[in-house]
Amino acid sequence: MFYREAGQFKTSYAADMAVFPIRQDRIGLAVILMIAFVGIPLFGNQFFLSSVMIPFLVFSLAAIGLNILTGYTGLISLGTAAFMGVGAYACYKLTTFFPDVNLIVWILASGFVSALVGVLFGLPSLRIKGFYLAVATLAAQFFLQWSFVRVPWLYNYNTSGAIEVPEHDLFGIPITGPNALPETRYLVLLTIVTVLTWFASNLIHGRIGRAWMAVRDMDIAAELMGIKLLDTKLLAFAVSSFYAGVAGACMVFLWYGSAEPEVFTINQSFLILFMVIIGGLGSLLGSFLGAALIYMLPIALRVLPASLGVPIAAATVEHLQFIIVGALIIFFLIVEPHGLARLWQTGKQKLRMWPFPY
Amino acid sequence: MKTTGRGALRKLLAGAAMIGAVAFGTAATTFEAAAQDNTIYVPLFTYRTGPFAGSGIPIADGMHDYLRMLNERDGGIGGVKIVIEECETGYDTKKGLECYDAVKGKKPVMVNPWSTGITLPLIPRASVDKIPILSMAYGLSASARGDLFPWVFNPPDTYWDGLAMILRHVGDQSGGMDKLKGKKIGYIYFDGGFGKEPIPLFEQLAKDFGFELKLYPVPPGEMQNQSSQWLGVRRDRPDFMVMYGWGAMNPTAIKEAAKVNYPMDKFVSIWWPGEDDIRGTDGAKGFKMLNWHGIGTEFQAIKDIQKHVVDKGLSKAPKDKVGELLYNRGVYNSLLIAEAIATAQKVTGKKVVDGADVRRGLENIDLNEARLKEIGLAGFTGTLKLTCTDHNGHRPAFIQQWDGAKWVKVSDLIEPMRDKVKPALDAAAQDYADKNNWPKRTEPCDKP
Repeated sequence: MFYREAGQFKTSYAADMAVFPIRQDRIGLAVILMIAFVGIPLFGNQFFLSSVMIPFLVFSLAAIGLNILTGYTGLISLGTAAFMGVGAYACYKLTTFFPDVNLIVWILASGFVSALVGVLFGLPSLRIKGFYLAVATLAAQFFLQWSFVRVPWLYNYNTSGAIEVPEHDLFGIPITGPNALPETRYLVLLTIVTVLTWFASNLIHGRIGRAWMAVRDMDIAAELMGIKLLDTKLLAFAVSSFYAGVAGACMVFLWYGSAEPEVFTINQSFLILFMVIIGGLGSLLGSFLGAALIYMLPIALRVLPASLGVPIAAATVEHLQFIIVGALIIFFLIVEPHGLARLWQTGKQKLRMWPFPY
Repeated sequence: MKTTGRGALRKLLAGAAMIGAVAFGTAATTFEAAAQDNTIYVPLFTYRTGPFAGSGIPIADGMHDYLRMLNERDGGIGGVKIVIEECETGYDTKKGLECYDAVKGKKPVMVNPWSTGITLPLIPRASVDKIPILSMAYGLSASARGDLFPWVFNPPDTYWDGLAMILRHVGDQSGGMDKLKGKKIGYIYFDGGFGKEPIPLFEQLAKDFGFELKLYPVPPGEMQNQSSQWLGVRRDRPDFMVMYGWGAMNPTAIKEAAKVNYPMDKFVSIWWPGEDDIRGTDGAKGFKMLNWHGIGTEFQAIKDIQKHVVDKGLSKAPKDKVGELLYNRGVYNSLLIAEAIATAQKVTGKKVVDGADVRRGLENIDLNEARLKEIGLAGFTGTLKLTCTDHNGHRPAFIQQWDGAKWVKVSDLIEPMRDKVKPALDAAAQDYADKNNWPKRTEPCDKP
């Protein structure tokens, strides 16, 4: 009933090939964007913006990056956090060299630095697959994390060993540092995430994305069809690392405000891998859903007892939250092994039939 | 069968969605709700979960119990009840920042981040949000400079002071600082910000006193696997070992040192190991560490905690843990909180103080012998006086030794080397200010 596309006729080839061929989807997307760009900054409070939405967007972006590699190209990576770190440190160095250049330029530029490093560590992917590749990316994780600690040039020889973000302006409004309002930081980040998601969607639906998926489904067959394996895989590593790098730069500049090397540990890599798996491999929507489930649900669970006035100690809530989130992850994986994105698709199909399922 | 399963699933999903909606809906109201008018809100960032919980739990209990005792015994501070709320950080920077954003709206009079990683991002925010930071003997050492960091306090010592005091003790053991010439000193440290901070000063002192410095870094992920570092120790045979560790690193290092038969009385740590890190380790007898406050329950205020809080079942601490080293460390932290609030009340004449008042309170803290006696902690710790420019105090500390069952004080108070630490501190503070376009201090100083 809700998703009935009856009466929507496609009159051109382009309309038939659109990413969102159904009108309801397009309206839904517009509504979501309206809420994200107007509703949330207007009505969200400080806590919601800076501790829920900003982290959610950062992790969504990182999850998109990993999804391109793991979900679309079928290459497992355990180095996402390290590539985020490369982005963060690159952005830090670039802003100290050229402090007057617009920060957005450097955030995007640091993505390219990260892409370069990603390509380097992606080289073994031509010869090894699966678990073996995971080990190679694990090496990237350890090596890069080691350099964040051991190469003092990267953090400008600060005695604290951490990188700190001074204030940067965009059109005269501070977007980093303590004077930046959560609303501005959120809107800047949301714009970056929206544009990059749009870009990723175009990549995936185009020739490059098809090549990635061909490699994922069977690389020998893809090679026989004339897809260059090395180029395709390295491109996937580059694009994936680009997204991770931008996410890392955003994390430190628009969210934390300063960072120690311990931020980019293997735990964070796993966290993002879980987001991708639970959200749905090979789905952009899944990247967002996964980030929401893994990052926002624990916050909701933490806030819930306090807001209902139930007197539970903070540590108990933390333990409960571990139990509940763990149980939910297993529950979702049993019910829908293909992730939340597939769950949404099934739901959409059901809504289409409702109330007369057959 | 299938439909019922789906029905259940649908209900569950709907339920989950409801919970989420309710939580986020009400989050807005709870977190924005200001504390009641006639109370003082003190959030405590604690970590009772995660890899550092072993150290975090006694500290959290000590902090909570002392403030709770003031509420129960005196009805708060200056007649104003304190609202104590714990926020669980798990020693994780992400969660710490989330805690900060959660408590910010409730007008806290100060925050105690209890993690260097959480302290660093909060330092620039403190002056904007008007919430002072009390990072007791951790955090950014350079923030001891009150003229540059008016909102950050790190009494009673920086890690540099700690290092200087340890080296003085080592010098005493060798028969004078000049005897350190040609000696070999090993430094095993947490390979993160906190452990690396003292290295430049250590290298400087190595040059000044003519000893050789050997570094044994322990990466954060390898805290429980230090065999390679201790293999190095066995090979290099340093005359003394200095340790800067935290969490699981401390018990592991002590065990490994015992395993390689390193002479324990030559192994000196900074102030973070607790009883649980060493108890039950064979061959740990003789291990030394730096400390600045009393252990045990032989202090009036701690007895009051037992009477008013622990015996009434208001504490989470097991009875026999009250008075242990890290528990009392938490008490010391809360003593500073309470003293800052009381001083703020005195300075401003107000009963219900806010963050800006407590910042002035912290700058005017004067814990002299008479005051310590008055609050029932005579002999618990040395005196502490903070000023507008000195936010640390650089207080002397003493060495205590593990006798197999408890800590025993084995040295007199050791003065830090102020002449060596000051230049390093000033340089680091200036460096931080230059790199971050640091604003000039605008807060006026109180006349002493």
